[in-house]
Amino acid sequence: MTLNEMTAKEVSKKVINKAELFILDVRNESDFNDWKIEGENFEFLNIPYFDLLDGVEEIIDKIPANKEILVVCAKEGSSIMIAEMLSEAGLDVSYLKGGMKAWSEHLEPVKIGDLNNGGEIYQFVRLGKGCLSYMIISNGEAAVIDSTRMTDIYVDFADSIGAKITHVFDTHLHADHISGGRKIAESANATYWLPPKDATEVTFEYQPLEGGKVVTIGHTAINIHALYSPGHTIGSTSFVVDEKYLLSGDILFIDSIGRPDLAGLAEDWVGDLRETLYTRYRELSDELIVLPSHFMIIEELNEDGSVAKKLGELFVENHGLNIADETEFRELVTGNLPPQPNAYQEIRETNMGKITPDEEKQREMEIGPNRCAVR
Amino acid sequence: MIKTNSVLDAKGLACPMPIVRTKKVMNGLEAGEVLEVQATDKGSTADMKAWAESTGHQYLGTVEEGTVLKHYLRKASGEEHEEKKHEKVISNEELLQKIEENQKTIVLDVRESAEYAFNHIPSAKSLPMGELEERFSELDKESEIFVICRTGSRSDLAAQKLTAAGFKQVVNVEPGMSQWNGPTKKSVNE
Repeated sequence: MTLNEMTAKEVSKKVINKAELFILDVRNESDFNDWKIEGENFEFLNIPYFDLLDGVEEIIDKIPANKEILVVCAKEGSSIMIAEMLSEAGLDVSYLKGGMKAWSEHLEPVKIGDLNNGGEIYQFVRLGKGCLSYMIISNGEAAVIDSTRMTDIYVDFADSIGAKITHVFDTHLHADHISGGRKIAESANATYWLPPKDATEVTFEYQPLEGGKVVTIGHTAINIHALYSPGHTIGSTSFVVDEKYLLSGDILFIDSIGRPDLAGLAEDWVGDLRETLYTRYRELSDELIVLPSHFMIIEELNEDGSVAKKLGELFVENHGLNIADETEFRELVTGNLPPQPNAYQEIRETNMGKITPDEEKQREMEIGPNRCAVR
Repeated sequence: MIKTNSVLDAKGLACPMPIVRTKKVMNGLEAGEVLEVQATDKGSTADMKAWAESTGHQYLGTVEEGTVLKHYLRKASGEEHEEKKHEKVISNEELLQKIEENQKTIVLDVRESAEYAFNHIPSAKSLPMGELEERFSELDKESEIFVICRTGSRSDLAAQKLTAAGFKQVVNVEPGMSQWNGPTKKSVNE
């Protein structure tokens, strides 16, 4: 029967639309258990491709006849082989084009809203890794925040709407993904802003981004107010955009809060984290819409695929914002830490400009889920 | 240089081909023989390990040489089920104690050279089963010799052969390297 190719973009649509899909993941069990495609109505079967070399007869009855079937592997080769075997056995199947590699690199732009004077703000959802980045556009100018290493996507997107990237920001020195900020800034001749306290070891030029600083995008003044908010890293900085959106970086997520240990200083920074979440953020308007740099679970996605919620609602619903006792908070944050992200030290060094791994190595370093939160 | 029975060149091939080819070559090998697979696909290491585990073959290890990964695998042998015949035996723990008491204790490792390369007792001498007879002269007939393999089965056979050839104090180590908890050494750079 038929054998089709499905792109990461098509899978993204199914995640956002909560469509049904049966995924046969033919990677190793350990890879599957560590990280897989997530969707509310997705069903999974994990059987390594090398267990199917002699035939797929044994698994045919484990595959539902009435669902769309997608075969997934690391890079696509094995999934094509298995999909062909299933197709010969009489099933209609697809394989994921580019495999988990493509899934990890796919960004889905979602419009968050309009800004004053005709501006717009977009969220780029990296479903495969839970990373969120942003583009703010006004009067032909654009700013990119917390970009991934897939820099072409931002550059092409800005081009497509006729905007020139003039400012690039990182809210902090990332430990879970490789930033494309410096590359975009260089190619677009834009200004690259970094919090100086996170940038003490970087090997390149940058503009120091400090609390109270205001950067304007377009002549119509979309203001980006920097708000020093340490805790995830010592330099972590949030942005208030157009007095309406709070870009919270890795400090506050929808369903969790940032972890303070990825630079090895959990005990020192947990106090800063509490100060930011329980004092500085409390002074902001409840009406601000929180736009974090990550999501952890697929349930954090809104109907339209965006990840955003009012600060006031998070103060009520987010467990990490509701621990009155400081000791208890300390214990949650330092005692409950999930495993550290894959290759996080090397990723930090890459983001500092200390090492320059080739693309394949960068891809490998980013494999797996992000693990920036404690819950 | 690690000796193997066969070498497969899977350089430049992307997943799933390294495993597909490995499986084919493995089918043609005799039980217990060792295969070297040369690959450039970085994902091949994890896949070789997982594939070997799922099929019962032994994954011995991988050596990285520039961009080439050399994987070493030993075909499943079913040796664990054979009945052991050599009478003088010693446990892993007792052997470890003897080595600690006397650094000159003679340990003869009769596994394939690739198995030895990735994991062996530091003082052990490598003498693969297949070369045993032709290299008898390297050993002293009067000394106490502790023969070890992975599970105690090949070493049992080796111990019988040595005894028949006139070696007076041959002891088989059970169960052998698969359960060894004492110090070990590698003679390759992984």
